[in-house]
Parts: sequence; structure tokens; C-alpha cells
Amino acid sequence: MEKDKVPQDEGITEGITREVQYAINKNGKYEKVLSKGWEPKNIVNELAWKDIQEDIDLADEKIKSGKASPIMHYMAKTLMNVTLLADYIELPKWKVKRHLKPKGFKKLNQQQLENYAKIFEISVDELLNLKP
Amino acid sequence: MKLDFEHIPAGHCENGVISSLLKYHGLNLSEAMIFGIGSGYFFAYMPFVKLNGIPIASFRPVPGMIFTKAAKRLGIKMKKQTFRKQPKKAMAELDKVLEKKLPVGIQGGVYHLSYFPPAYRFHFNAHNMTVYGKEDNTYFISDPVMEYATTLTAEELKKVRFAKGPLSPNGKMYYPISIPEEIDLKSAIHKGIKQTADWMLTIPVPLFGVKGIRYLSKRLRKWPDKLGSKRAAAYLAQMVRMLEEIGTGGAGFRFIYAAFLQEVAEVMQDDRYNELSKEMTKIGDKWRKFSSLAAQTCKGRSSDPDGYNTVANLMLEIADDEERFFIEIKKLIK
Repeated sequence: MEKDKVPQDEGITEGITREVQYAINKNGKYEKVLSKGWEPKNIVNELAWKDIQEDIDLADEKIKSGKASPIMHYMAKTLMNVTLLADYIELPKWKVKRHLKPKGFKKLNQQQLENYAKIFEISVDELLNLKP
Repeated sequence: MKLDFEHIPAGHCENGVISSLLKYHGLNLSEAMIFGIGSGYFFAYMPFVKLNGIPIASFRPVPGMIFTKAAKRLGIKMKKQTFRKQPKKAMAELDKVLEKKLPVGIQGGVYHLSYFPPAYRFHFNAHNMTVYGKEDNTYFISDPVMEYATTLTAEELKKVRFAKGPLSPNGKMYYPISIPEEIDLKSAIHKGIKQTADWMLTIPVPLFGVKGIRYLSKRLRKWPDKLGSKRAAAYLAQMVRMLEEIGTGGAGFRFIYAAFLQEVAEVMQDDRYNELSKEMTKIGDKWRKFSSLAAQTCKGRSSDPDGYNTVANLMLEIADDEERFFIEIKKLIK
């Protein structure tokens, strides 16, 4: 790729950083060129986040219909699955799965609630009073 | 205390950190040179390793390998430490090394990187950055994929170093402890190129090297039919992200490799490497075309097999190009 063809499409890194792209300058030599972004990257990144939003929406539906606890919402929001959440909360997966159900969630004590809230970087209040 | 450490933005984190650490100790080797010597160029399709539930197509070997191989081939000794479930010790040890006026490379998860573009903050744990100082509760960070040097609080850095999930860093930190006076660059380059050529041409498993590209091409054609339009788009999108998202320097490291070959031409005083660099640029351009076409196909989440067939055909072309390329380069290093 030639230096003057390095795309400068604003998008996911806007206002935060520019990324190094290797490109050929006028003398035929490679150099590092800073790029603001590239539209195909914006498209696929957006798609990934759209899928995450769909996971959150799905969790919210389940919570509303009484099939899931607020933990499911925050798990989706923090891009986790049961395996990763279990790893963070240092509990076996089957226990986390139980807490994802409203019945198991109600049995959590204050300390356990605080642990979950800490991992999701929210307050216990936000965890308990989620209104999806 | 802030060390006199130069922040150099790089295409890729692992090479960038090593290159900057060596520079601090007086050894000037570019990111591209480290990448080539460490055999960073690769292709692997791993249906059994999943990221976000999607099989991984990788354009580089497993994290840490470039680093280990480059150091070994250059005769550099690195001190490496991990601290399983000992975050306090990990932070104390980092402070101790910084006190000795040594910048330290660390592995970390990007999810907790407060300075990172939010769009990139996934649970990916094989990121690398350099810590080059500390004042009160703030650490000075040189993250190669960022345009400018940044900072993290002690609490943030601890989270980054102890991110959980696949490839969890367990507080991993590293720094050079001995660098030889004389470096046999030519021999290191030969070893690096030879291994890459062997990996790309001769691994007897159809998932790796040029065979892997052909295999994935075959699989990819079936995605819309097998997975449905939505999943197929997610699969294809992830491939584009592996090629282009933060830290490949463009086209899944193919352009960094082309830059490496230009440097090799100079070191070896052999213009044939410049010719090969041009070939590699063309290969990189084709991967860019792949990303561009694939993104368009993903955008509409269309299940039209045409979009998938087009990129699958392009992959076959690229596989042939890469095969020819590595057969040619192997002739030069005999």
C-alpha cells in the first residue's frame, strides 16, 4: 500500500488515537504512517457491538419475563460468558448459572452481591434495582 | 520517577515493546526486524479455539512466541516472571525493577485499559505494553498501539495485569537482563525467515500455513448455508478483525513483513529481498481487498453466497501467491 492511499476514515478510534499502518513512501521505502481508521474496520467492529447489544436485549427480555436475574444483563453488558464470569467471581460455573436465575439471585447474601457489583463496576443498588 | 524512555508507536504490541525496550538499552532494531527474526508471520485456522464463540483465523503464531524466538536468536537474555494469584507481589516486584531504572514489559488484558478506544475493549488478554515510571499512584505507560504515551492508576494496572479468561497474563512481566556486545544479525534473520517458510509450506496439518488458507477458503464458502446469514456475517467479520484490528500494521502483518524484507535487503546487501518485498506488498494489498469485500458482505448480513464465494476465491489466489513467495525466499537462505 502506498503512503498516500493509507485510509483516513474517522470511526472507532476518533479523538483517542491513530493507528500505525505500514506503507510505502515516494522513495519506495516502507514507513510507519498514522491512520485515523478504515471504513471496513468500522463496519466489522460495529457488527460485533451490534451482536453484543442483541445479547443484552435478549437478557433484558428474559429478566422481564422472570426467567433471568439482573446478573444476566450485566454479564452481557461486560461482554462475559458464564465461564469468564465464574473465573472472575471465583465460583464454580454451576453456582453462577444458579445466580443467573431469579430464584438463585434472591438467595445471594450482601457479600456475594458486593462481589458481583465490584466485577461489573456498579453499585449493589444498581444490581438490585435494574429496570430493563 | 519517570525513566527517560521514548514512546514509539508501533503496528503490533509484542514487537513494539521489545523494540522499545532494546532501544532503551542501546540496541536499535526496528519493530519489523524483531517481527521477522521472531518469525511473526503465520496463518492458522483453528476451528477448535474460539473467540466470542467463533473459530479463530490467526495471521501470527501464539502470543509470546515472536518475543521468545527473537530474543533467543539475538542472544538476548530476558527476565520473565509471572505471579499466579499474587497481585500484591506482582505490583511490588514491578516497583522494585522500576526503582533500578529499568523499564518493564508487561502482558495485560485490554478490557480494563481505561485509555483504550472503547470499541476495542474486548476480553483479549495477550496485549503488551511498557511501564516506564511511577509517581504516587500513577504508572507511566508506553502502549505501542497508542499514538501517545499514557498512564494508568495502580488499581487499573493491577486489573489489567490480572485479567481473567483465555491467555490470562497472571501478572506477567519481562525485561532484558543481558544484551550481547556483538549481534549476528544475518544468522538471526536467516533463522527467522527459514522457520516462517517452513511453517507456511510444510506443517503436515491442513490448518496451518498456505494449506490452512485453502482449507478455510473451502469452509468459508459454506458459511451462509451452514450457519445462516447472521452467524456467517459474524464469522466473516471476525476474520476481518483478525486481519486489520489494532496491532497488525495492516493486512494481517503482511505489510510489516514487507518492511522487514526491505531492511533485510540492506543488511544482506542483496537486492533480491527488495524484489520479494514488492511481492509481499502485493500479497498484503490482496488481503486488504479481502477485508474490503468481506466487510461489504458482512454489512448487509446478506446470505447471498456470491459475496462469500468472491472472498473465498481471492483467498485461493492469495494462498498460491504466499506459497510461491516462500518457495522463492527459501532459495535465498540456503
